[in-house]
Amino acid sequence: MAKLASIFFSMMLVNNYVLVKFMGICPFLGVSKKLDSSVGMSAAVTFVMLMATAATWPIYNYLLIPNGLEYLSTIAFILIIAALVQLVEIILKKYIPGLYSSLGVYLPLITTNCAILGVTLLNVESGYTFVESMVASAGAGIGFLIAMVLFTGVRSTLEYAKPPKSFEGLPITLVAASLVAVSFMGFGGIIESLFGTF
Amino acid sequence: MAKNNKLELVTRGLIKENPVLRLVLGTCPTLAVTTMAVNGLGMGVAATFVLICSNIVISALRKIIPDKVRIPAFITVIAGFVTVVQMLVKAFLPALDTALGVFLPLIVVNCIILGRAEAFASKNNVVDSALDGLGMGLGFTLTLTIMGAIREFLGSGAVFGFAIPGMDKFALSVMTSAPGGFLIFGVLMAAAVKLELANPSKLGDGNGCAGGCLGCPYACGKEEGGNA
Repeated sequence: MAKLASIFFSMMLVNNYVLVKFMGICPFLGVSKKLDSSVGMSAAVTFVMLMATAATWPIYNYLLIPNGLEYLSTIAFILIIAALVQLVEIILKKYIPGLYSSLGVYLPLITTNCAILGVTLLNVESGYTFVESMVASAGAGIGFLIAMVLFTGVRSTLEYAKPPKSFEGLPITLVAASLVAVSFMGFGGIIESLFGTF
Repeated sequence: MAKNNKLELVTRGLIKENPVLRLVLGTCPTLAVTTMAVNGLGMGVAATFVLICSNIVISALRKIIPDKVRIPAFITVIAGFVTVVQMLVKAFLPALDTALGVFLPLIVVNCIILGRAEAFASKNNVVDSALDGLGMGLGFTLTLTIMGAIREFLGSGAVFGFAIPGMDKFALSVMTSAPGGFLIFGVLMAAAVKLELANPSKLGDGNGCAGGCLGCPYACGKEEGGNA
């Protein structure tokens, strides 16, 4: 249990996918203008992360490893994720239209989100068990949500700032992201002191 | 865009349509691997190789691939070449493999590659596509190497692993960690904008988004769907 908790919190805070590991920067910069779209995007990412982990873990461990095909993991995973995203889209559209209308627009973009492929690859690379992988994905997804929501707040304040002409738009946003990343550096070491060595 | 001469195809990726600073594609690896100039260079070369190869194959197959399944087909081609690169780097440059880590397989989802496949290779002939891949790859490599050199210089007082005398006292280790990455990227991008504001004649159509966004619609940081 302690191991699971330490994986969860380390994925969520210390190794935050966006602000520490630099994965999923595209949606982080692109969709973080409004709170509802950043929450929607994060929810879709978390959902697909969990689904992708649930699908790739058995395939890697029961199909690729027994046949000595580990080197195919990149191809296999990206195809699984692409197919999965399509499938999720179709199922949501048909059976849960309410959820589809709020998450639907973000789903096609998720295929090329490196956080999804990254989390599945890192999970098998770290040799996690199935449960540990799922917990790690949940932590990564919630960490993504926290980073997105925090940054949306920062950006709404940024709207009123008047930077130099050449910094307008994306450059000043990146500088702001840098300051948000500084705050996440403060979490370094928290896992060791809470859960012992990890 | 297809009628431009061959040299233009290669050089425009360097500055005018620089994939990282102007088109804002492939931001994740740009931020993640540029802690050292050597890593930036390695990442750039690996991505360039994949970009050229995938552009050639996709361009050669552009009449065979059905329009409806083109994105999965492109991804499969790209993933194949990424696996080749992954195995080559693991075999011959194990140190680089450790440094790049998971970002080596993540070249698959690099927006630059899918973006060029969709915006250029699927519409142009093989030679032009190869040159386009080369130009974009060089622009990517150049930017990553420069950014890596700046971060390495500020963060550890060295460039390409060679320590600069006297600099180690002023090293700011934060520059090689996450916040420094965002900061330097923002400053570099502002510098690129400044350069363009100073020479307005060099401006293309007023924005850097030359259709490469198709693989990565949100990368521009512009209004949703405002510019594709």
